Amino acid sequence: MTDLFRDKVDVSMMVNGEPVEARVPAGQHMIDFLRLELGLTGAHASCEHGVCGACTIRVDGDAVRGCLMLAAQADGAEVWTVEGLTDTSAISDLQDAFVERNALQCGFCTPGMLVAAAELLSRGGVLSRAEIREHLSGNYCRCTGYEAIIDAVESVAKGRAGKGTA
Amino acid sequence: MKASAGGYARAESVGHALELLAASDGQGRVLAGGQSLIAAMNMRLSVGDLLVDISKISDLSGVAVEGETLRIGALTRHAQIGADPLVKTHAPLLTDAVAHIAHAAIRNRGTIGGALAHADPAAEFPACALALGATMHVEGPDGSRSIAAEDFFEEVFTTALNDGDILTAITVPVFEAGEVQIIEEVARRSGDYALVGLCLVKRAAGHRIALFSVGPKPLLATGAMAALDAGDLDAAVNALSAEIDPPSDTQASAAYRRHLAGVLLRRAVARLKGDVA
Repeated sequence: MTDLFRDKVDVSMMVNGEPVEARVPAGQHMIDFLRLELGLTGAHASCEHGVCGACTIRVDGDAVRGCLMLAAQADGAEVWTVEGLTDTSAISDLQDAFVERNALQCGFCTPGMLVAAAELLSRGGVLSRAEIREHLSGNYCRCTGYEAIIDAVESVAKGRAGKGTA
Repeated sequence: MKASAGGYARAESVGHALELLAASDGQGRVLAGGQSLIAAMNMRLSVGDLLVDISKISDLSGVAVEGETLRIGALTRHAQIGADPLVKTHAPLLTDAVAHIAHAAIRNRGTIGGALAHADPAAEFPACALALGATMHVEGPDGSRSIAAEDFFEEVFTTALNDGDILTAITVPVFEAGEVQIIEEVARRSGDYALVGLCLVKRAAGHRIALFSVGPKPLLATGAMAALDAGDLDAAVNALSAEIDPPSDTQASAAYRRHLAGVLLRRAVARLKGDVA
């Protein structure tokens, strides 16, 4: 192998508002870097091929799959996980709605579900149940049957829209 | 599973990326959005690649009208294409296709250049490029060249790109007066690959019909196009049925796919005529 290619890559990024510098293996997934190196075990590694959505995190403002991104690619990125979004209270109304509506049972999918739903809610406006269902179609939940999750996201959309006009 | 990479290098420019590919001794692999490549690495379908990460090359991203063509940078992400006003004006087929591609989080990172270079026969963008008569713009060790969409897709996951080449942009003709672009597909669940998909473009010069998920590469249905130009929809459906040879797999039988192709053509033509069924 030519020395132009590295098997360890230096990265510098912001994670949950704090600067992080690390040397990561070339093939390490972003989700594994967060979980194994930084101890941020909120988002989960599950299917590891982009289907289940349990590893969904926020990178540079977008919800992305933590298993379809390499840590090496996060150099210069601003990364948020459910831990940071919880600490800043950015999604507290959504989390409260999940509890109130019983929108989780085992909780495995919830961190990814919250990040995906937060992206949809950030666009504002009242959302139809079909829009919510479509947006969350890439996040699997094996417990709830989804109805309660849709309920929770819908109630937050209504709540935020109501506040906006009040 | 965990991905296996042989090495990683971050390209600062197209020239740098070409140098890295040239130095990789055939082991180089261009990493753009990574939504297919990293999944393939995770499933160990691709092992030990020397990754050339082009995703930070900012001049490969963005949309512009240049004369009579719409130019879309290879690194333009699916979500950007779905939201871009120039794309909506000149290539609404691509705007509409975005909603069919995977899920929101995938669309936030996947790139059009990556989708075209990957050439998944079940993917939307390759068939859209074929229906639109797009041109692929490539930089390689011997300079730049252009490849018509008809000549670009060769086999399953195989294109006219050589080792050491990078797809930098796609251009499509600007929208002409009276043009209509329609995409129809059938998938069992939202975000799944299509069982069959069909793109229909009607221009003054005639109809163009491209199908995906009916064979090893996106297919231009020239027989159906000629029949539709002659105004005979039944003949077009028959011609389409004869010119595709779809596979049978766990998702659908060949006979069902052939049937769906005809159904989608009829739906697309109904929308073309303004009948919203």
